[in-house]
Amino acid sequence: MTTVVTQQIVGPGELKRLSPRFWLARQTQLAIFWGPVFIASLVLALLVNVTTADLLPVVVALTACTAWLVERGRYRSWGYAEREDDLIVTRGLMFRHVSVVPYGRMQFIDVTAGPIDRAFGLATVQLHTAAAATDARIPGLLRADADALRDRLAMVGEARATGL
Amino acid sequence: MSVMPPPLAPADPQESGKMEVGEHWRRLHPLSPIVRFGRVLIGVVVVAVPSIAEQPVLHHDDGLPVSVIIYIVLLALGGIGGFISWLVTRWRIADGNLQIETGFIRRQSLRIPLSRIQAVDVISPLSGRFLGLAEVRVVSAGRGAEHGRLAYLTAAQAPVVRARLLALAHGLEVGTPEPMALPLLHVQNGLLLPALLMRSQVLAPVLIAVVAVAAIAAAPLVGAGALGSAVTVFVISALGVARAFNEDFDFAISEAGDGVRLDRGLLQRRHETIPYGRIQAVRVVEPFFWRAFGWARLEVDVARQSVSREADRDAQQVARTLIPVASREQALWLLARVMPDAHPNPPPEAGPPPRARFKAPLSFHFLAAWFGQRYVYARTGRVQKSTIIVPLVKVQSVRLKSGPLQRAFHVATVDVDTAGRRWQASARCRDEAEAVEMVRHISERARLSRRVPPPRPASAVVLPAAG
Repeated sequence: MTTVVTQQIVGPGELKRLSPRFWLARQTQLAIFWGPVFIASLVLALLVNVTTADLLPVVVALTACTAWLVERGRYRSWGYAEREDDLIVTRGLMFRHVSVVPYGRMQFIDVTAGPIDRAFGLATVQLHTAAAATDARIPGLLRADADALRDRLAMVGEARATGL
Repeated sequence: MSVMPPPLAPADPQESGKMEVGEHWRRLHPLSPIVRFGRVLIGVVVVAVPSIAEQPVLHHDDGLPVSVIIYIVLLALGGIGGFISWLVTRWRIADGNLQIETGFIRRQSLRIPLSRIQAVDVISPLSGRFLGLAEVRVVSAGRGAEHGRLAYLTAAQAPVVRARLLALAHGLEVGTPEPMALPLLHVQNGLLLPALLMRSQVLAPVLIAVVAVAAIAAAPLVGAGALGSAVTVFVISALGVARAFNEDFDFAISEAGDGVRLDRGLLQRRHETIPYGRIQAVRVVEPFFWRAFGWARLEVDVARQSVSREADRDAQQVARTLIPVASREQALWLLARVMPDAHPNPPPEAGPPPRARFKAPLSFHFLAAWFGQRYVYARTGRVQKSTIIVPLVKVQSVRLKSGPLQRAFHVATVDVDTAGRRWQASARCRDEAEAVEMVRHISERARLSRRVPPPRPASAVVLPAAG
């Protein structure tokens, strides 16, 4: 439903999605956390001689599946569109946000990459305006795409810069 | 590595008599450390005197108690530290910058570009007023930038420095005198005090206390408990009223060519300037009990950086009150002075859809949002009615938000961000389709208005309608 709302602002074809590699990276992150937890619960269920303990791995597995679903929803909710005068970023599964940031308002652009992001060749581009509340962040871009986006944004930003 | 500054301008009394604030390096007033560390001094004395009086007298060889010697040494060290900090601090206005150099062990050199100056304030704390000193404080834009504080100059010098900084910030001739200020409004202290007392955070505990006293007869234990907590809350809010009264005492607002001037304060006098075009947003606040009298308050938000240093915390706390209390007509008239053509009365279609009543039952009656050619308006509040007005030129980004509950009611929130620190215009609980239109139109109109700079308010040309 909110996809409809987003598309009313952006236009159907314009919204760019994140790289599938970002989803891979997120799944890796999930596996790194939930794998050991699941194994630990399994060991516990085998060691402890109580019938209810057998349920523990099931509960952990279900929680992990929910986390996976939520992550997938989040991954799918990300999107961005470079328009003529502004950048649009959408995010959020439960609390959806559609931010419109004019190029002329950009103060600086950050490109960051954590360890897992780096392993998958990904980077996050973040735009900063003079307003602290502006939350224009695009994660999970391929490194080359992120650098290209940063350069493009810096160029249009300079061309349209306006004072406070 | 040289710690000693280059030779200063000749300290000619004739020259300082002319109040020259030239491009030479100058030091602050020699009494500055006393005012600066005056509070610490008083604190030390307050701690020291009772502890010395209470202690059994432990005589040293020369007859003085040890604790007295310790305190004297501490004070002497503090005095030397203050003297050194005064000695190594110097400032000048040159190359389009206000330059301040300070620090003995860690040299710090501050350059504030005059073009980035947001406002220049003159502040006279109580101890400074006794000694005839005042502080010039420069508020500049941009993250990571710092406040330029010239603490302290003589009370006569401070306005001259301010005029000069403002003239340079506006790209005028160096010698331009401070523009004449036209008085707009003066708040009677007889009006300020009852108005402050009539804020709901003061009256609510009083009401609770009255109810509690009545309840004591019926259920002593519960009533006494309620009374106790009401008294606590009351004391806290009474302190808040005292502070607000101290800050906004003798409040006068005037208009000059370079901005709006605010003069206020009981113990600590402040003379603040808010330059035109730097106002990010204005808020009209009408607390519950004020509405019966038709009173309103105006607050402004200017672009400022986040504050991390302890010394600047005080600057952050400065509420940019445009007028602490005035009749609604006066407030709107004043609003028209700083934001021409702003109309804070919502058109009939500005309210949210009726189904939003279930999403926001407590604030539904005040929710409204609309926009015109130059401003975005958003009204919110449960008990206190507050209308935020953001010029489209100042819009930084626009954002549509919707939570799960909001989606169930097919409503969404539109946030309009500005470079101000205090508020964002938040149009809550709009119809989904309307929210989309709002985001579109606001960002489009903001883009158009950025191309055409708005006309400056016709200041000092039009005579105000009322004194």
